[in-house]
Amino acid sequence: MSSTDDYQPLRGDDHAPGDEPVGRHEIAEGVVGYLVGLGLAILLTAVSFFIAGTSLVWHPSIPIALVVLAVAQIGVHLVFFLHITTGPDNVNNILALAFGVLIVFLIIVGSLWIMYNLSQNMMPMAMPTG
Amino acid sequence: MTAFQAGADYGDGRREEARRPAAIALDHSDPASKRIIVGYGFWIFLLSDIIMFSAFFATYAVLSGETAGGPSGRDLFDLHNVAIETACLLLSSFTCGLAAIGARAHNGLMYYGGMAATCVLGLGFLAIEIREFVGLVAQGAGPTRSAFLSAFFTLVGCHGVHVTLGILWLLTMIAQVFAKGYRADILRRVLCFALFWHTLDIIWVAIFTVVYLFGAGA
Repeated sequence: MSSTDDYQPLRGDDHAPGDEPVGRHEIAEGVVGYLVGLGLAILLTAVSFFIAGTSLVWHPSIPIALVVLAVAQIGVHLVFFLHITTGPDNVNNILALAFGVLIVFLIIVGSLWIMYNLSQNMMPMAMPTG
Repeated sequence: MTAFQAGADYGDGRREEARRPAAIALDHSDPASKRIIVGYGFWIFLLSDIIMFSAFFATYAVLSGETAGGPSGRDLFDLHNVAIETACLLLSSFTCGLAAIGARAHNGLMYYGGMAATCVLGLGFLAIEIREFVGLVAQGAGPTRSAFLSAFFTLVGCHGVHVTLGILWLLTMIAQVFAKGYRADILRRVLCFALFWHTLDIIWVAIFTVVYLFGAGA
C-alpha cells in the first residue's frame, strides 16, 4: 500500500474534497455512505417531479418548494458524494464553497434584480413578428 | 504525537482539537499531502466552473419569458425524458462513487465496473439530450428562434459539453489505471475526475429544477 500513502494526511487535520475521512477504509462503509446519498437524492428528485406536476399544493408555493428541494438535494450531493462536511478537517473546503456560493448568489440575484427593474422601466414596444 | 493525530477519529475531531496543546494546534510548518493539495486546487477550479454556470443560469432566468411569439418551455419540454436523464446522471454519480472506493481499495472489479457503468449511464444521458436537441431544431425551435431558446441551448448545451468531456476523461482514467496501475499520481487524477463528475450532477439538479420543472409546470 506504499503507493497510497498519499491518502494519509501528513498532519492529521486536513482533508481533500471527495475523500472520505481517514480511518474509514472499509469498502462496505463507503458503499453504504453512497447508498444513503443515492436514496436521499432519489427521494428529493421524486418529490420535485411530483410537486411540479401536481394540483394538490397551493400553486404559488410550487416554485419556492422546488427551490428548497433543489438546495436540499445539492446539500445531499455535497455531503454524501463530494464528502464536504463541517468537520474541522474541512474548513478550507467549506470556506472556498462559501465564497463560491456568495459569488453565485450575487450573480443570479443581482442579474434578476437589475433586469427586472430595467424591464419595468422600459417603454412598451411592438414586438416584431416572424 | 503524530501517531496520536493520525489515529484520531474525525468523528469527534473537535474534541481532539480541544485537547491538543495550543502550540501544536498553531504549528503549520508541515506541508499537507499532495493529495489534499491537488484535491483542494481542483475544488477551487470546480467552484469557478459553477460560477461560470451561474452566469448562464442568470441569463436564462432573465430571458426565459422572452419567447418572441415562439414556443415556450411548456410547449416544448417533455418531463418524461428529463426524468430518465436525471435517473441516468444520479445513478452514474453513485457508480462513480463505487469506482472511487474501488480505486482506493485497489479493487479492479469495483473500479472498472464502476467506471464502465458510469460511462454507459453518461452516454445514455447524452443520447437522450442530443435526441431532444435534434427534435427541437427539427420542429423549428432551434437556438435562433428566440432569446429564451438561445439561453436554453447555451445553458443545457454547456452542461452537455461538460458531460462529453467528462466521458473522455473517464475513458482516459480507465486506460491509465489499466496501463500504469494504482499509482499515487494516477489515483489523484481519479479523485479529480470523481469530483468533476459529482459536480456535473449538482449542476444538473439546478438545471432540471430551474429549466425543466419551472418551465413545464410552474
